Amino acid sequence: MSQAQLASPKSAFHEGRLLFKASVFLLCLWVLGPLYLLLINSLSSPEAVSGFPKSFLPEMDFGSLEFFLNFYGMIDALVNSLLVASMTMVLSIAIGAPAGYALSRFDFAGKQVFRVMILLTRAFPLPLLALPLAVLFIRVGLDDSVVGLSMIHTTLALPFAVLITFSLFSGIPRELEEAAWTLGCSRLQAFKHVVLPLIIPGITASAIFAFVISWNEVFAAAVLTIENRTLTAFLLQNLDTAPLHLKFAGGFILVVPALIFIYAVRKYLFAMWGIANR
Amino acid sequence: MADIIIKNVAKSFGSFQALHSIDLTISDQEFMVLLGASGCGKTTLLRIIAGLDQMDVGEVWIGDRRVDHLPPRERGIAMVFQNYAIFPHMTVFDNIGFGLKMHRHAAGEIKRRVEKNAELMHIEHLLGRYSGELSGGQRQRVAVARALAMEPDVILMDEPLSNLDALLRLEMRAELKGVLAASKTTAIYVTHDQVEAMSLADRISVMNGGHIVQAAKPIEIYRNPANRFVAGFIGNPPMNFLKAEKKGAGSWQVAGCSFKGPKTGQELLFAIRPEDLQPSDNGLPAAVKIVEPLGAHLLVTCEIAGQSFRAVLDSDLSLKPGDTLKLAPTMDRIRWFDPATDLSLTQQR
Repeated sequence: MSQAQLASPKSAFHEGRLLFKASVFLLCLWVLGPLYLLLINSLSSPEAVSGFPKSFLPEMDFGSLEFFLNFYGMIDALVNSLLVASMTMVLSIAIGAPAGYALSRFDFAGKQVFRVMILLTRAFPLPLLALPLAVLFIRVGLDDSVVGLSMIHTTLALPFAVLITFSLFSGIPRELEEAAWTLGCSRLQAFKHVVLPLIIPGITASAIFAFVISWNEVFAAAVLTIENRTLTAFLLQNLDTAPLHLKFAGGFILVVPALIFIYAVRKYLFAMWGIANR
Repeated sequence: MADIIIKNVAKSFGSFQALHSIDLTISDQEFMVLLGASGCGKTTLLRIIAGLDQMDVGEVWIGDRRVDHLPPRERGIAMVFQNYAIFPHMTVFDNIGFGLKMHRHAAGEIKRRVEKNAELMHIEHLLGRYSGELSGGQRQRVAVARALAMEPDVILMDEPLSNLDALLRLEMRAELKGVLAASKTTAIYVTHDQVEAMSLADRISVMNGGHIVQAAKPIEIYRNPANRFVAGFIGNPPMNFLKAEKKGAGSWQVAGCSFKGPKTGQELLFAIRPEDLQPSDNGLPAAVKIVEPLGAHLLVTCEIAGQSFRAVLDSDLSLKPGDTLKLAPTMDRIRWFDPATDLSLTQQR
C-alpha cells in the first residue's frame, strides 16, 4: 500500500516533467523556427529563395544580402534607423535616469500618481495619436526628420527607461550612499564613487533596450517620415513590390541586431522586475 | 577630545513628533547606548548626530564645534550601519580604505591603517574579497574596521549586531567592547536589546516616545528605574508592582504585610524585581499559577492579592501550580512608585 502511495506522486512528477519539456520544446520551436527560416533564406541566392524545393541548409550565398544592400534607398534607411535609435537611446536615458533616481530616492507629493502616469503614456494607441502628431509636426517643421521621429520613439521608450532605472536605483541600498557620506563624500562624490559603478551595467542595458524599441518601431516611422524613412518603414513600404529574397534579407538585417542586443542585456531586463539586484 | 552635547533637539515627521526637545551630554571616550523599543526615536537621534537627518530645532556639538549645519563628512564621525553597507563593487581592502582615500591620505598611510584595523577585527585574510563572498559576521567586521580606520572622534552604531545570529552576536558584542575601549573613541550605540545595552554601555539612555526617560549607568537604571516605563522595560522578567495602602506615616500595607516606605502620598505602588524574592515563613502570600524551569532558575508566575506577580527562585525548589508560598522581598531592593505620575519616589528621596 505504501508503495502504491509512493508510486503515484512519482508518476505525476514524471508527467509534469514531460509536460514541461514539451512546452519548452514548443516555445523554442515557435521562436527559433522562423529565425531559422530567415537565416537560411537570407544566406541563399535569390534563385534558391524563390525556387522549390527548399533546402534546409543555408547555401552561404551572400547574393540576397548583397542585392538588399544595393537596393536603392536601403543604405539611407539603414543609416536613418541607426541615427533615430541612437538618439532615442541617448534621450531616454538622459531624461529617464534622473527621473528613476528621483522616484527611488526622494519623497515628493504625487509620487504614486506620477508612477502610474508614466505607464499611462503607453495606454494611448499610437494610431490614435498619429494624425494630430503628424499635423503638429508639419506645423513646427519636425515632419520627415530624424529628430522628430526620435522624439516620438523617446516617448515610447521613456516609460521603460524610467521604470528600469527606478528599479536599479532602488536596488542600491540608501545606506551605501549614506555610508559614503559619513566616510567623506559629498552627495556628488558618493554618486560617482558608489552609485554610478553599481548602476552603469544596468544603465547600459536600459539604453540598449531603448535602442531596440526604436529600431523595431514601424508605425510612427511609417506615418511621420516620407523621404527619410527608417529601415522598418522602408521595408513596409516596399513589401508589396519587393522580391522575396529582399524581404528575407531585410528581415534578417532587422532581427539580428535586436537579437544580439537583447541577448547581451538579458540579465538587466529582469532587473526591471527587481530580480537581478544584489 | 570629543564630548558630544545635544541641546534641545526636536524633530517631527509630518504630524508625528519623533523627538521632543532632547538634552544629552556624552563625555569623551564614553560608550553611550540609546535603548528603546522601535519607533522611540533612538535611530532618528543617531542620524541627526551623524548628519543624515535634519532636526527641526536644537544644537549638536561635537568637541568644541557646533556641527548641526555641517554635512556628515565634516563632523568627524564614522558610522556602522545595521545592514553593514559594505560597497559591493570594492574589495574589503578598498572598503576599509575608502574613507581614507576620500580624505586624501597617502597610499602608504592608507595601507598601514587598513592592515592595522583589519588585523584588529581579524579579517586580514579577507582583504582581497568582495562583500558577496563574505558571511554576515565578516561583513560586520569589515563595517567596524572601516569605521575605525577613519580614526573618528565619534563612532556611531545603529543596531550593528541585530542581523547576526545569537551566538555570533555574543562573540561580536564582547569583541566590540574590547576594540572600542582600546580605540579611545566616543561611541554612541543604538539598540533595542537591553542585554546588549547593559553589557556594552558606560551609560544608557532609555528612550520612549521621543523622550529620554532616564540616562544613567546600567546598574543604576536596573536598580533605580526613574519611572514605571523603565522598570518594565529593563529586566527580564520585568519589575513587579503591587498596590500599597497607607497605614501610617512611612508605613504601608501590601497584600497583608506592612513595609516601611516613603512618608508622602496616599496610595503608592510597591515594586520589587523578581530575583529579589526568597521563599520564607513570612512574606507576601503567593498562589502559584505557572512554573517554568529555566535550568539556572525557576520562573514562577503567581498571584498576590489578585495581582499577577513573578519570582525567579532557586531551581531546586519543588513547586507546582496550585501551591501557595510566602515570598520575602530583599528590603533594600524595594522601590516605590507614584501611580499618578508613574515616577519613582526612591529617586527623589
